[in-house]
Amino acid sequence: MSYPLNPLVYSKDVETEPIRAGFGRGLKLAGEQNENVVALCADLTESTQMHHFKEAFPKRFIEIGIAEQNLVTVASGLARAGKIPFTSSYAAFSPGRNWEQIRTTATLNNQPVKIVGSHAGVSVGPDGATHQMLEDIALMRVLPNMVVVAPGDSLEAEKATLALAGNGKPSYLRLAREKTPIFSTADAPFEIGKAYVLKEGRDVSLFGTGTMTYQLLVAAQILETKGINAEVVHVPTIKPLDTETLLASARKTGRVVTAEEAQAAGGFGSAVTEFLSDVLPMPVKRIGVNDRFGESGTPSELVEYFGFSGEKLADTVATFVDEMPQYHQ
Amino acid sequence: MGQLTITQLEQKANDIRKDIITMLEAAGSGHSAGPLGLADIFAALYFNVMNIRPEEPEWADRDVFFLSNGHCVPVQYAAMAEAGYFDKTELTTLRKFGSRLQGHPEREKLPGLENTSGPLGSGLSQAAGYAYSLQYLDENPHRFVYVVMGDGELDEGNIWEAAMFAGKNKLSQLVGFIDRNNIQIDGTTEDVMPLEDLKGKWESFGWHVLEVDGHNIESIIDATSQARAITNRPTVIIAHTIPGKGVDFMEYNYKWHGMPPNAEQAKEALEDLRTLGGKITHEGAGV
Repeated sequence: MSYPLNPLVYSKDVETEPIRAGFGRGLKLAGEQNENVVALCADLTESTQMHHFKEAFPKRFIEIGIAEQNLVTVASGLARAGKIPFTSSYAAFSPGRNWEQIRTTATLNNQPVKIVGSHAGVSVGPDGATHQMLEDIALMRVLPNMVVVAPGDSLEAEKATLALAGNGKPSYLRLAREKTPIFSTADAPFEIGKAYVLKEGRDVSLFGTGTMTYQLLVAAQILETKGINAEVVHVPTIKPLDTETLLASARKTGRVVTAEEAQAAGGFGSAVTEFLSDVLPMPVKRIGVNDRFGESGTPSELVEYFGFSGEKLADTVATFVDEMPQYHQ
Repeated sequence: MGQLTITQLEQKANDIRKDIITMLEAAGSGHSAGPLGLADIFAALYFNVMNIRPEEPEWADRDVFFLSNGHCVPVQYAAMAEAGYFDKTELTTLRKFGSRLQGHPEREKLPGLENTSGPLGSGLSQAAGYAYSLQYLDENPHRFVYVVMGDGELDEGNIWEAAMFAGKNKLSQLVGFIDRNNIQIDGTTEDVMPLEDLKGKWESFGWHVLEVDGHNIESIIDATSQARAITNRPTVIIAHTIPGKGVDFMEYNYKWHGMPPNAEQAKEALEDLRTLGGKITHEGAGV
């Protein structure tokens, strides 16, 4: 069964919505479905879209103030008491500031604390480098017991939030601030640990997570005009990785490119290369931010500057395909 | 469990101290002074104050205990073994490969532990989260949450974040203990990072503050009764303790913060404990 893409995905009229908006809806739904779901925020309730939950379930919303270490450790205690706590802040602060507390009281303690990091990536824009979290994927995915999910659009964020409410595990949900084109549909599947082939191809596999998947779809259209038939695989779950789907695609095309709005070191691309190096040690081009911080600018300026737009990605992929012969075992 | 007399509780505390020495000697590493100083508080909690069922650690109506300063866990293991959570013979597996008694407590390893701790400063928040759940989400006024913190760990910002949170929410089912033994690794707390006015600090955060002699079991029990009776604030009990309490050559000596006794020192320590520091004679004490 092919993935049901939004029919408008390649149109200029494609609907856009911040990914975090889907989280807001999903959390409210999760709250309706399970009375043990509670929400905690560190003074950014509307920004992280928790206000929908707060309005619907005021008793189950806990304001923590600007105290991210307390945010996740109070959540750990709530989880011990049988609750399913969702915590939210900007990703730069949580998990940026409270990593050890997450490590000890959520993952080693193995409690189903949900860390929701909003405003991840350079597309945060004018706030600048301090607020553009790029290291969160790396920080979270190295923790045993942790599940890491970066939804590709707001519809998927809603589904992912519901799924994480029920997975019983410490989990990280990575969200972006800006409006992101919606490539999926209401009927599109989402399951933790699954990757989805959005477009089949034979020359190169493009693995994307979070906001980058849409841009890879655009890149793939451009690449067709250059005679390159790219396969696009959306990988919303960075941990556990859907190695079966990724390996099948890598074997088929013999070339892999990964893309993430995060540090190229240690993140999603690293996760892909780690597993491929064990089973199919092939050249992989990792696209991300290369060992530097972000900076102020409009989101579109920054996306362009860092090479994350469909056009820029197409150029990078075309060069890679040109230079790198297809790998065959 | 049946009510023990104060004398019996004191005997339990002494048994816990002997267990601590035996465990630490067998382990060959670990912290001595803190656990010994906390033995009276743990005897009071596990044998009088807390409503628990050692044979049923996940009993739904239990009181809950969080250890914030995880390095003091030998005293908790000893109290738990004495209370019947597991067999006392297991105590000497402390810190050894394959043991449920990890060097710092891990909830998933040992039934009866409510949290994983070691890195300092996070236990009060976890206890506060649990207490919040009882008071506001479950609306169950019958269960209480106890947490033991070290004084040195009050250097951590996370503690004061939690103190503000508990104060704001008037978490009256939360009872904290501060092990006020005045030592931390680099020296005395007042040299390393002064904590005084400690009572005033907690009061200003909206807490009811009690001070007790941390080796007077009757006072410890009285303080917890008072804490439970206060329904509009969390309570913190500043328990003044002597690090290394019960073992003459360890008392007040911060060198023993992070060190276990060797075989000879353990023998001497156990003799001290059997004779309660020379106050009584005992056939095995060599006095």
